[in-house]
Amino acid sequence: MSVRALRDRFRLLQRHRLFSLVPLAAIVLLLPLLFPSAYYYRIAALVFIFAIAALGLNLLMGFAGQVSLGHAGFMGVGAYAVAIGPTHLGIPPFFSFVLGAMLSALVAFVVGRPILRLKGHYLAVATLGLGVLLAIVFSNEANWTGGPDGMTVPRLTLLNWSLRGADTWYWILAVSFLVSAVLALNLIDSPTGRALRAIHDSEIAARVLGVDVAQKKLMIFVVSAVYASVAGSYLALLNGYITPEVSGFLRSIELVAMVVLGGMGSVVGSLVGSAVLVILPQALTLFRDYEHMVLGLIVMSVMIFLRGGIVPRLAAALGGRRK
Amino acid sequence: MMMVNVKCAAALGVGLATALAAGPASAQVKVGAVLSASGPASFLGDPEKKTLDIYVDAINAKGGINGQKLQVVIYDDGGDANAARTFATRLVEEDKVVAMVGGTTTGTTMAMIPVFEDAQIPFISLAGAIEIIQPVRKWVFKTPHTDKMACEKIFDDLKRRNLTTVALISGTDAFGHSMRDQCILVAPGAGITIADVENYGPGDSDMTPQLTKIKAAAGVQAVINTGFGQGPAIVTRNYRQLDIPYPFYQSHGVASKQFIDLAGPAANGVRLPAAALLVADKLPDSDKQKPVVVSYKKTFEAKTGQPVSTFGGHAYDGLMILTEAAARAGSFDKAKVRDEIERTKGYIGTAGIVNMSPTDHLGLDLSAFRMLEIKDGDWTLVRD
Amino acid sequence: MAEFLQFVFSGLTVGAIYALVAIGFTLIYNASDVVNFAQGEFVMLGGMTTVFLGQAGVPLPLAALVAVLVTTAAGLALYRFAIVTARDANAVTLIIITIGASIFLRGVAEIVFDKRFHSLPSLFGSDPIRVGGAAILPQSLIVLAGALIIMVLLWAFIDRTLFGKAVIATSTNRIAARLVGIDTRIIVGACFALSAAIGAIAGILVTPITLTSYNAGTLLALKGFAAVMLGGIGSAIGAVVGGVLLGLFEAFAAGYVSASYKDAVAFLVILAVLFAMPQGLFGKAKVERV
Repeated sequence: MSVRALRDRFRLLQRHRLFSLVPLAAIVLLLPLLFPSAYYYRIAALVFIFAIAALGLNLLMGFAGQVSLGHAGFMGVGAYAVAIGPTHLGIPPFFSFVLGAMLSALVAFVVGRPILRLKGHYLAVATLGLGVLLAIVFSNEANWTGGPDGMTVPRLTLLNWSLRGADTWYWILAVSFLVSAVLALNLIDSPTGRALRAIHDSEIAARVLGVDVAQKKLMIFVVSAVYASVAGSYLALLNGYITPEVSGFLRSIELVAMVVLGGMGSVVGSLVGSAVLVILPQALTLFRDYEHMVLGLIVMSVMIFLRGGIVPRLAAALGGRRK
Repeated sequence: MMMVNVKCAAALGVGLATALAAGPASAQVKVGAVLSASGPASFLGDPEKKTLDIYVDAINAKGGINGQKLQVVIYDDGGDANAARTFATRLVEEDKVVAMVGGTTTGTTMAMIPVFEDAQIPFISLAGAIEIIQPVRKWVFKTPHTDKMACEKIFDDLKRRNLTTVALISGTDAFGHSMRDQCILVAPGAGITIADVENYGPGDSDMTPQLTKIKAAAGVQAVINTGFGQGPAIVTRNYRQLDIPYPFYQSHGVASKQFIDLAGPAANGVRLPAAALLVADKLPDSDKQKPVVVSYKKTFEAKTGQPVSTFGGHAYDGLMILTEAAARAGSFDKAKVRDEIERTKGYIGTAGIVNMSPTDHLGLDLSAFRMLEIKDGDWTLVRD
Repeated sequence: MAEFLQFVFSGLTVGAIYALVAIGFTLIYNASDVVNFAQGEFVMLGGMTTVFLGQAGVPLPLAALVAVLVTTAAGLALYRFAIVTARDANAVTLIIITIGASIFLRGVAEIVFDKRFHSLPSLFGSDPIRVGGAAILPQSLIVLAGALIIMVLLWAFIDRTLFGKAVIATSTNRIAARLVGIDTRIIVGACFALSAAIGAIAGILVTPITLTSYNAGTLLALKGFAAVMLGGIGSAIGAVVGGVLLGLFEAFAAGYVSASYKDAVAFLVILAVLFAMPQGLFGKAKVERV
């Protein structure tokens, strides 16, 4: 085949929606070669976990234009599901994982309908209240959740194989993140995704065009809750221990910061935002007492100078004209 | 977009690797400490951190242990169990510590235990809950009294005053909640009836609704407040505001002069179980703990300008138990040090006299707690 | 009856605190559509600075004045270096910037101050006033009075002065305001400074009741934000009413339902109100232009 034909083939492939994930997948495959110890695997694992949650939130905030200041609550639902299921109900961790996601979806569905009628800051405070409520439940119901001290999470075992080791977790989480990204990209490019972006631009115009706004918003809220639940379950299983802080207000704010820092509306941005907020506190320990000051400065500076988020800004600077 | 992704991801990878570059290699022996120096438990973690810094320097000034200088690697987990777990892994994998003194709260301690057990590194916890050492874990020890002991000490004092029915008012934080549960568990066996249980949030500013309910509850003869931080000071003020006539007990969570300053005159008459450290100067000269606690109090207050607190004292005890064990073992071999920690006998610390054993990884008994009463704005000993 | 009255007093005490914090949100939002999550830190700065200056020997009234000035400077700095530089960033970006600012201010407080709890003396002593078998601290009434006075002053300022008219113009349509010659940067900057000052005053007044520490700002901002939304964002009356109501909800929940769940109950009530009145109690109905 001639060079020209090959190049045309390549250009066609480039336009495929999932193509942007290929280099990402390659980096993910090669990254472990740089890891000197289990500590790096653990950091990477945490990055993927929070990236999955941030991705779900990004679908809600970046694409559908809604806001949620309580998303860590759904992470808590998933996390406690894999803790309570095996410990108190005798349900194996794998099924508890799935049940947690379903429970999250249910909560999101039930609460979403009324909440999503609110807009802007009112929606923000409503989701905030939801997150606070979930955190309070996890902290108070000590018979189930171990109370504010938290509880142990049994290891995930499939047949006779027990999931342990930060490196194993790395691969599982990397694959999970890539799968979530693929699903997200497919969703974005589907009619539903286009409807969501229309809603983001103007809810009234979308309604005029025949989009069932309430139903679409609810759907994306539920999807984002499931993403958060999955991430929470993974976190609990990785740590083998869970405390109510997992659904705390500060965690919810962190998730929003990840989405905005990385770039709202960018799938890769979710990963970048997560990486920044997971790695930065580790890197800042060299500042000892000054680490929070520096963290605050960095967050502010990134938002001020890399307006729109890291990835879109870099894309504009490096990628040139293409979207 | 593709090029951006490649660049982004590459930057991520390189950034990850370099940002976490390990510190310079050193011939020093490293001891790890993951403390909650910021966040909701910073009230406990900050004096712990200061104590470790002060006393590691002091030990090194005297030549170190086994001829080697110590370096303490302190990370701040902000009270978050997930962060604590990450730092624990970092201590084991990157900093290659030989022992760990830390874990300000029960939650962070429990999350870190598996890491140190897997790496077979002795871990001396600074947290309160009894579940840290019960069931006994081979590599895990702790220095603070358990909340169960605090309940027992209070109930003991109540019985001496012929009071048998109490009401509990607890913070919903981990400390308050855990001690409340222990008191409820221990009460029947001690002959104490619990008439009412109320809760408040650790950040609340007014607890008069809860106290009103307690005041109205029938048969209450005394009230116990379990919690730490600013809550107990506010509860104490509210208690006097509402003119509640029953004797009032606090927990060892308020063990710092600051509590008296914050609660003001309302604190007079309040009793609490606490380590001898708080009444260091008032101990009789024959008291075996006196030299240790007076010395620690002087040093801490001189170096930091802040009043001494028993939480810093727990860190002191942890560090001393560790270093004395290492000195006895003659090396920093982790298994040998662990064995020597377990053989600690007659160690006189700020919390009490420690006698560990293979079945007791705390080593304190009820006599380590003193019953104190606040009089005229200062601590006084009720009885030994 | 005495019990009910005590719950009311407790609710007023806590509610007045929330009201005073909530007012600080209102002014900045009105001028610039920014919800300033660093408002809690302004409250903390007011209290902590006064405490530390007092400990250093400065007489308290002077310490309080200096604290207000320091916090006002912080508010101006936030505006000049963060908000202005961010220029036309969207709402979510600005919120994250203020969150970054709150982390930064907390970090500074960690180092400059310490990690213990502190108090200030009450203005009229700590003997409670007893009414009908219940007790309320004089300081609680002072906080409530403070909230009402500031609310009235704010209203007078916005409604009756030329500067206030300029603020209204800026918040209605910034470009139009600029076109008629209003320097919107000065207007918005002044609003930030004023909000910071209000926050500092709030901190000084509430510290005798709530005590303060370097991270006291977070919870206050959370509750203040909830109170503001309940009352309807953009309305000073709404902020005060929202704050007092939130305090009352919490107190009654603690007294009659369950103290462990009082925060949750309070939030549920807020949600119920918002479902019935999506703009909050006093919020202006938003007209969305198509």
